[in-house]
Amino acid sequence: MTIAPERPTARPAAEQAPPAGPERRRATGGARATDVYAVLGAAAAALALTWLLFARLLPFSGTVGFVLVAYALFLGLYALLVSFDEDGPAVRDRVAGVVVRTLGLVLLAVLVFVVAFTLWEGRRALVHLNFFTEDMSLAGPLEPLDTGGVLHAVVGTLEQVGIALVLTVPAGVVCAVFLNEVPGAFARLVRTIVEAMTALPSIVAGLFVYATVILALGMERSGLAAALALSVMMLPIIIRASDVVIRLVPGTLREASYAMGASRWRTVWHVVLPTARSGLTTAVILGTARGVGETSPVLLTAGFTAELNALPTSGAQVSLPLATFELVKSPEPNMIARGFGTAAVLMLLVLLLFVLARIAGGRGPGQLTRRQERRRTAASRADAARFAPAPARTAPPAPPRSTP
Amino acid sequence: MTTETTDTTAPPGAPDPRPDGPPDTPRRLYADPGPADRVFRGVARTGGGLVLAVMLLVGGFLLHRAWQALDRAGGSFLTTENWEPDAGRFGIAAVLTGTVLIALVAIVVAVPLATGAALYISEYAPPRLRRTLISTVDLMAAVPSVVYGLWGVFWLEESILPIARWISAYLGWIPFLRVEGADPDDPLAPPTVYTSSTFVAGLVVAMMVAPIICSIMREVFSQAPAGEREGAYALGATRWGMIRSVVLPFGKGGMIGGTMLGLGRALGETIAVYMVISQVFTIQWHVLQTGTSSVSSLIALRYGEATAFGMSALMAAGFALFVMTLIVNFAASSIVARSRSGASSDA
Repeated sequence: MTIAPERPTARPAAEQAPPAGPERRRATGGARATDVYAVLGAAAAALALTWLLFARLLPFSGTVGFVLVAYALFLGLYALLVSFDEDGPAVRDRVAGVVVRTLGLVLLAVLVFVVAFTLWEGRRALVHLNFFTEDMSLAGPLEPLDTGGVLHAVVGTLEQVGIALVLTVPAGVVCAVFLNEVPGAFARLVRTIVEAMTALPSIVAGLFVYATVILALGMERSGLAAALALSVMMLPIIIRASDVVIRLVPGTLREASYAMGASRWRTVWHVVLPTARSGLTTAVILGTARGVGETSPVLLTAGFTAELNALPTSGAQVSLPLATFELVKSPEPNMIARGFGTAAVLMLLVLLLFVLARIAGGRGPGQLTRRQERRRTAASRADAARFAPAPARTAPPAPPRSTP
Repeated sequence: MTTETTDTTAPPGAPDPRPDGPPDTPRRLYADPGPADRVFRGVARTGGGLVLAVMLLVGGFLLHRAWQALDRAGGSFLTTENWEPDAGRFGIAAVLTGTVLIALVAIVVAVPLATGAALYISEYAPPRLRRTLISTVDLMAAVPSVVYGLWGVFWLEESILPIARWISAYLGWIPFLRVEGADPDDPLAPPTVYTSSTFVAGLVVAMMVAPIICSIMREVFSQAPAGEREGAYALGATRWGMIRSVVLPFGKGGMIGGTMLGLGRALGETIAVYMVISQVFTIQWHVLQTGTSSVSSLIALRYGEATAFGMSALMAAGFALFVMTLIVNFAASSIVARSRSGASSDA
């Protein structure tokens, strides 16, 4: 309040300073030089002060303590430096900005490190071509890395996830369509139960299949049992994801279809499902990525073998995550390297699925690719030619924009 | 198409030819969907019913098998620490405590990191970088848990020792951070008292759930209405002031919901935890001390050698875990659905 009257006297002096001329657009974003100096100065001061504390003044030691103390000092000093020429809210803004950036970068760095660590540790196994073309039946724990590979685990993963997809995708999509297109009390009940089942821990899904299929029905541990366990786990995930996607289909499209006299199933088949296709693909692929990496249901149901077993219905069949898990139990460095290599292959598979999901899910409902657009145009031209009166048939084809 | 109408001779819209007939009653409106639609509805309903049946079968079977053990153990199932089902002494006091502690450590570590990362991506990161960062975080949420387990066993366990030692040396006066049998003044003391602890397992799980929490939070933060953001700036707010007064209040429901979904995942995590911890069957409150336990790693450890009754006891433990994650998940989804930002954010 007391400052306000003084401002008008100060302002004209400042406003006269810039020379007359065309106004130049100022960049308001970006860091100013003072910001950079404040950060650098605070960092230098914090490092020096921490070194002084640790090496000369106090009985502290250790890298971790050094980093923590240095970071705390940096925050304090930075706040102090900024407070010399800014007010309270601006100081809080700067400090919060530093903290948020640090947290974000720490998380991203750790996550990238987890992946890079696995690839780096697996590099010794991954450079051998036989790692991708042989199984482990001839490779003992002491065998060098140029014998043996994970072909059996790759085959097992593909078969188990394939069977699980064959079971879950039709069931999941039909159920999601049911939830959205046949609403009612029953659909609400199903939706609640499905939501509840997404909470089922994956190991309990494995335990269920182990207790029913293997113990009660007397089937041996096999790829099929593992696929069933994966299905129990993946089904609720796929249903929920597809449900969300189908709910996003614009209601106006459905209403337009009904208004033109289409029946329910024609609307679903020709309007709802094609519109939601890319989203459904993404949902299925992301569900697959979840299923591919699950170890615990497979651990209980698939058994373990070092040999290639392409038959899912009989005999133990190993998958990539399970092979990783079993290989790193060994104390031999070669086996551990193989384990990391297997994990790297698994991650590459997940990455591949993820990229596929990005490609498939890049567009929203109703947006077409170039090829789809060309196909639609051709179909509508053919329709126009068909609808045209008989003498017009001999005439050149109808103009391209006759029907949408 | 419809055959319900009684009077088919009169054209529609014509006056009633029998004025002295029975008075008009409101007719039931009914459109016959035709055979194709009836088949479609039947198929959809059957599909839904089939899924429902499978789900109920899983839940019902679990409960049925678990009942055998629960019936025999009674109330002591919740208070016993041992796991010797064939001797009749078994309970989930130790394993459930271990599970909850691991999940809590994970959440305490993951939530600040995830919040920071989500705010960074949605508010601070340069727009060119944003798409890459979003893809990275989403991809990390799909990285298999066994990979996190490998990282935990082969890298984190060794590297975390100095931190665990440092915390126990300087913060050991807080009861749950104390490590018994450790001597922080002796630099040559064996580090084994710090390995395979709740803390290490919690950190591994934290890295696993952080991307999941982060991607939900980012989704919610990015939906904060632009008008309100600009309003805050127009009133002179700094960026942090705008975040505190617009983005965080708007995203509160999503933050809580995302945290609880992460908690649900953390409670059920098996393999990463199983690889890291060494299972003990006592309640271990000291999070830095070696030895802890979790329900899912108990199942992974004991299913092979279990007798019929032992299986039933494991089912009971699994069922208890299921009920716990169920409560957490339903709480999460109801919080998300009630919040302002929740309607369109689906985890």
